[in-house]
Amino acid sequence: MQEIKKEYVSILAQIHRDGMIQPLGILLEDGRKFDIDEVKDKCRAASLKAGGCGIRYTIRIGARDTYLFDEDGRWFVEMRAG
Amino acid sequence: MDRSILHVDMNACYASIECLYDPSIRDKPVAVGGDAEARHGIILAKNQIAKKYGVTTGEALWQAKQKCPQLVIIKPHYDRYLRFSALARQIYNSYTDQVESFGLDECWLDVSGSVHLFGDSTVIAEEIRERVKRELGITVSVGVSYNKVFAKLGSDLKKPDAVSVLTRDNYRDKVWPLPASDLLYVGRATTRKLYNHGIETIGQLANTDPELLQAWFGKVGMILYWFANGLDNSPVMAVGDETIIKSIGNSTTTPRDLMNELDAKIVFYMLAESVAERMRDHGFLAKTVQISVRDNGLFWYQKQMKLDEPTCLASELCDTAMELLRMSYRWQNPLRSIGIRGCDLIPATTPKQLKLFEDEAEREKLEQLERAVDDIRRRFGHYAIYRAVVEFDPTLKHINPKEDHTIHPIGYFKAI
Repeated sequence: MQEIKKEYVSILAQIHRDGMIQPLGILLEDGRKFDIDEVKDKCRAASLKAGGCGIRYTIRIGARDTYLFDEDGRWFVEMRAG
Repeated sequence: MDRSILHVDMNACYASIECLYDPSIRDKPVAVGGDAEARHGIILAKNQIAKKYGVTTGEALWQAKQKCPQLVIIKPHYDRYLRFSALARQIYNSYTDQVESFGLDECWLDVSGSVHLFGDSTVIAEEIRERVKRELGITVSVGVSYNKVFAKLGSDLKKPDAVSVLTRDNYRDKVWPLPASDLLYVGRATTRKLYNHGIETIGQLANTDPELLQAWFGKVGMILYWFANGLDNSPVMAVGDETIIKSIGNSTTTPRDLMNELDAKIVFYMLAESVAERMRDHGFLAKTVQISVRDNGLFWYQKQMKLDEPTCLASELCDTAMELLRMSYRWQNPLRSIGIRGCDLIPATTPKQLKLFEDEAEREKLEQLERAVDDIRRRFGHYAIYRAVVEFDPTLKHINPKEDHTIHPIGYFKAI
């Protein structure tokens, strides 16, 4: 099994009039940027792989689905280590 | 109609949360323990694997290490536990507004009014169990019953991650064979006393003549009889997120054992100052002072006393605490941890009866003095000013009562 680590990321988001946060892009620590093409789902969930819990966004980047977590204002993704 | 009560207990709460945050330790024996150097070196919680090695809550870290050399010991992160406790409550609150916390990791829920909306109590229990696991990543065990005492027993029957139902039909088979010590309010002393009377199980307790129990234990005897027979009808208190402040207290495990009255006085003063400061912050006066004492054998008790006059003065809290300690403790063993608490709080604006033969002006001056100290501390830090008594042993100074306070479970009968 591949090891997963918790990677805190910067995000670009649009905050709507009603307070809803819509993440638009992710900036990794190493400088790589990803645009979020679609937010498919949003729910409260724990990340057993990375270790944490918060509001989980199921997002699509290109053809791939992945999770983005809002842990009380700090955002993280589940990153493959190495 | 019978009530539908759930008791939800987060399994090995602190340890589970730490394991969630650090996946690499999940399949290892893990315990959450205090700081050994500051002598908070006891096990606060452990996971299931550590439990198999015989690691128990409350024992010293070195003892636990002896039983299980590869034990991973993690320092507690109270902010995390508070967050998870609040998140869990949010889940419970989506089923009923009657949620009563019992410590950080346990709650009672009265879902009697919600069964028509969400399905019967077992369905709700299963749903809560699933949701906490999915949304918070930790497991709970849920007890379902028609009263709070059995619901709590139920949550202990099967864990982790399980639901147990205790009904009027099955409680004799399921509850009665359990040891009496499992019952709420049966602590170490009561267990021993019951044992001396030949009572070992809850069933034996339930079938003992209540008058006999009353003769042995006084008022508590009747309570035990009711509890063992499921005759508990205490309500689940609908307390919101903001629990009404019922008492303000502080306790600490000291950097070294307290050997005599002077030691105790130093620590009581520091704790009392923080308690008094918080009471003034919130605009309360206390009518009762309570102390809790734990010796180095972890023998523990509480004592309380009514004050002649409500107070928010550290000096009066401390004097009362010392009086309580002198009355109740003989220094058979050194003390490891002490606590002080102001209870029976009333708003500071309550009109008060002035005393004819006491100097009220003096008390007012004292209060102004303490407020001035609060102000100095707010501006220059906690250690900018402190009482001379503390200088007798500066090692004891290094407890920071404000950040160090522990969270005690509240009493079962708090609102009755």
